[in-house]
Amino acid sequence: MAVRKGLLTAGLGMIGLLLLLPIAITFTHSLMTEQELTIDYGPIGQRTEATETGADTFVNLKWLPDKVTLEQYGKLLVYTPNYLLMFWNSAGLVVPIIVGQTAVAALAAYAFAKLKFRGRDSLFLAYLLAMLMPFQVTLVPNYIMADKLGLLHRPGAVILPGVFAAFGVFMLRQFMLHIPYAYIEAAKMDGAGHLRIFLTIILPMVKSGMAALVVLLFVDYWNMVEQPLIFLDDPFKQPLSVFLSRLTGEWGTVFAASMLYMSPMLLLFLYAETYFIQGVQWSGIKG
Amino acid sequence: MKKWFFLFAPPDWARRAWTRRKSRDAAAAWLFLAPSAAGFALFYLIPFAMGVMYSFRSGASGGRFAGLANYRELLASDSFRKAASNTFYFSAASVPFMLALSLGLALLLNRQIYFRKWLRASYVLPLVVPVASVLVIWQLIFDWNGALNYALSRFGIDRVDWMKTEAARYVVLAVYLWKNVGYNVILFLAGLQQIPRDYYETAQIEGAGRFRQFYGITLVYLTSTTFFVVIMSILNSFKVFRETYLLAGDYPHDSIYMLQHYMNNMFASLDIQKLTAAAVLMVGVIMAIVLGLFGLERRYRQFME
Repeated sequence: MAVRKGLLTAGLGMIGLLLLLPIAITFTHSLMTEQELTIDYGPIGQRTEATETGADTFVNLKWLPDKVTLEQYGKLLVYTPNYLLMFWNSAGLVVPIIVGQTAVAALAAYAFAKLKFRGRDSLFLAYLLAMLMPFQVTLVPNYIMADKLGLLHRPGAVILPGVFAAFGVFMLRQFMLHIPYAYIEAAKMDGAGHLRIFLTIILPMVKSGMAALVVLLFVDYWNMVEQPLIFLDDPFKQPLSVFLSRLTGEWGTVFAASMLYMSPMLLLFLYAETYFIQGVQWSGIKG
Repeated sequence: MKKWFFLFAPPDWARRAWTRRKSRDAAAAWLFLAPSAAGFALFYLIPFAMGVMYSFRSGASGGRFAGLANYRELLASDSFRKAASNTFYFSAASVPFMLALSLGLALLLNRQIYFRKWLRASYVLPLVVPVASVLVIWQLIFDWNGALNYALSRFGIDRVDWMKTEAARYVVLAVYLWKNVGYNVILFLAGLQQIPRDYYETAQIEGAGRFRQFYGITLVYLTSTTFFVVIMSILNSFKVFRETYLLAGDYPHDSIYMLQHYMNNMFASLDIQKLTAAAVLMVGVIMAIVLGLFGLERRYRQFME
């Protein structure tokens, strides 16, 4: 039994390691010098006559640096002031979206999950469809709308659609469905109003759901590329994700930049892991 | 006596409604919904309605009603057909594959193993890694001169230009699986842990085999979880566009040219008619799929009870 248990663990562990590989490679490469990277990965992106004929131009992944150095980080933080600016831009877009969407969605989710009103199901279907739609579907009208509201080329053009996106409503509703009506009925007997019920009973019970939502929203919006590209024309207002996608090929800093870029996400994940996983688990089970 | 209902003095229509609980709930519901619904209308519903309108007009401003002309033109366009079929086939192939893979892994993780918590965490970690952070890694692996071709050449297999041939499909699939499999594994694992152990014991006593148990108990009790996983997987199969876009730009290899690429390019060339018509068609198809799934779930649950 123990042998089988060990073998199964080993097998699943291998898959886990494989999944973690890209993160590990980014980390070890962020400690390499530019020379080392240029020499090792020079042939990347070069499909020339010589390589067609089968000459050996392959690069192999190198696991560990020859010489450990913080050169990349230094270069990035000292000589590339843009990097910090973009980091700040990213935070300035993502934080308002997360706070706003969580608050707005929690209120709406309560209505969808626990209150009865006419048109509830069809309105929810509209939310669900909006959630599934790629951003491009409403690109043109959104652009016109942003222009009419005077938001174009301002952070608001990216932030506001994010605040009112349907994903949060969908997720939190899923959690609130678990809460038995009995709690609400009991609170009503005691004379509590819907707002009291919402604040003192519902919110504390969906804490793990909110944690999961915050992490998922952070992931999604920390990543966004298309929205800022279209709605913010000033390159100095772009978030880091856009900046970073243009950096590939610059071996001097790209790994350190990637590492710094993913670090807030990794830290948040490690900090909130238990809540996050609990939250994701609950979201998939019907109450 | 029930002044607690509103924070402020209730309007007349609400006071009259107090006698009936249902409409009281409805009034409260709309208060809770108001911020979300207003923003949702402004940034999603109205823009979509405007899009529907544009799709029937001959020009964005001052255009005339053109009937189905835009749609006819759209359906005749090769690049749209390519994009639509790529998007459809990618989702149709990757979602079931994802379901099978994550359910399989969840079943294994649900057995007796060591370090379950650690394994679970390592499976889900790719989800939180930003796309732009690992782009360079995908390049190192899938380049013509990259690590994957190096590994293949060791086994005497010819190299493949992963991003610039039909093989690009598998790269996108791999990235999609890498990123999302952990999330679905967690969902399935939670579903599996909800199934009471004694169901299996009873089934065993009654002589049901492993497969019978799997179909009769496991799958049945995972219905609502599966439904949720399918919705999220469709959503994420559209989101993998971001990776494709960052890796291969506006015009990637034909085999991974998605509807989002098409719509982006129509936006860039200011072809609003085709763009909105494509958007309307896409919403229509997704709506049909979602309604189909709802119907399926409902029927399945009735059958269960």
